[in-house]
Amino acid sequence: MSAHPQFADDLALLALGTLQGDERVAVEKHLEGCAACRRELERLRGDTALLALSASGPAPPQRSRERLLQAIAQEPRAQKIPARRSSWSIMPWMAAATLLLVAGFFWKQSDRLAQRVARLQDESTQRQAELERAREVVSTLTSTDALRVTLVAAQTPPQPQGKAIYVRDRSSLIFLASNLPGLPPQKAYELWLIPANGAPIPAGVFKPDARGSATVIEPPLPAGVDAKTFAITIEPEQGSATPTMPIVMTGAGE
Amino acid sequence: MSETSLVWAIRSGDESAMATLYDRYSGLVYAVALRVLGETGAAEDVLQEVFLQLWRNPAAFDSSRGNLGAWLAVIARNRAIDGLRKRRPETDIADVVVSVEPDLAGEAERSRALEKVRAELNAMPAPQRKALEMAYFEGLTHVEIAAKSGEPLGTIKTRIRTGLQALRQAFEV
Repeated sequence: MSAHPQFADDLALLALGTLQGDERVAVEKHLEGCAACRRELERLRGDTALLALSASGPAPPQRSRERLLQAIAQEPRAQKIPARRSSWSIMPWMAAATLLLVAGFFWKQSDRLAQRVARLQDESTQRQAELERAREVVSTLTSTDALRVTLVAAQTPPQPQGKAIYVRDRSSLIFLASNLPGLPPQKAYELWLIPANGAPIPAGVFKPDARGSATVIEPPLPAGVDAKTFAITIEPEQGSATPTMPIVMTGAGE
Repeated sequence: MSETSLVWAIRSGDESAMATLYDRYSGLVYAVALRVLGETGAAEDVLQEVFLQLWRNPAAFDSSRGNLGAWLAVIARNRAIDGLRKRRPETDIADVVVSVEPDLAGEAERSRALEKVRAELNAMPAPQRKALEMAYFEGLTHVEIAAKSGEPLGTIKTRIRTGLQALRQAFEV
C-alpha cells in the first residue's frame, strides 16, 4: 500500500509508464523526497512483471540465440576502449577531458549510491523492528521464568500436553510441551514430523525441566514437507534416526 | 550457478554466463514482446536489444534488489511499448528498480507463479482485467482507456492500481 494515498493511483500508472503531463511531474517530484512511495513504485513494477508472465507464448527461434551470441562476441565492452594513435600535442587536453569525465562519472555514481543507501536504511529500520518483535515472541515462549498455564476442564489431573506450530513453506517449527513425565537416565524425548508420504522425520530431541515443560525451536527440517501428524517417542539422549515404539504422544493438524 | 554469480560473470565479460541467462529468460522476454507487438520479427529485435543492453551495462541491474527475470520482463515490456507507440526510450534502464515476491529463476517457480497470476486475472471483474491489459500490453494511458470504455478517469486509475496490487496479494500468503 502507498504511504500517501493521494499518489497511490498515479504511482501505478507511473510503474506502467503511462502517466504523463503535470500528474507525472507531480508524482516524480514527490518521489524525490519519499522513500516509502519509491518502494511502492518498485513493488508496483514487480506487479507488472507478474503480468508479463501471463503473456506466455511460443519460444523464440534458435536464430535469435545465435544472433545474440554473435553480437556480444563482436561487441567491444564499455571498458575495452579501442586504442588510438596517440599525439603528444593533444595529451594534456585528453588528460583534462578524461579527468572531467571521471569526475562526472563519480559524481553521478555517488548520487546513485546516496539514494541507494537511503533506501537500504529505510528497509533496515523496518527489518530491525520486525526482528525485535520476533525476538520478544520467542523469548516469551522460551523464557525459563515464564508462567505456563494450560487450561483444562476443571477437576482433571494435569495431562502431558504438546503444541506444535509448523509453517510448511518456511520449514519452521515451534514446539511447546507441559506436564511431561520425567525420563529414565540417558534418555530424552524426540519429536517426529510424520509426513503424508514417507518415513517420520526427526524434529528435535529435548528434555523437560523440573516442572515438565520443554520447547523445541526451529529444528533443522527438509524444505516444504506436508506434515500429517507429530509424535513423540522416548529415545537415547543423542536421538535416533527412526522412532522407537511406543509413541508416547501424538497429534494431527486441526 | 546463482543469479548474482551470473551477473558478476557477465560484468567480467563471460559470454557463456550470458548464454545461460539467455536460456533462462529469453522465453519470458520474447513472450511479453510478442504479446505487445504481435509480430515475431519486431519481438526478436526487442529480445536482442534487451539482452545486449544487459551485456553492455550489467551494472544497470542491481542484483542486491531482487530478481533479474522480473527486471528483464519490465525492460522488455517498456521497450516493446516504445516500439509500438513509435517513441524513443525515455528511461535509463539503471533507474528501473523492480521488487517482486516470487522467485522467477526456475522453470518450476515460473509456472507456479503463472498459475497464480492466471487464477487472479480470471477472478477479476472483466472491466478491471481489460483495463489492466490495455495499460500493460497496449501501453494505453488511463485517458485513452477511459475514452474507449466510456468510464470515468478515476475509476480506470483505481481499477489499474487495485488490479496490480491484487496480483501481488496472490503471493502474500
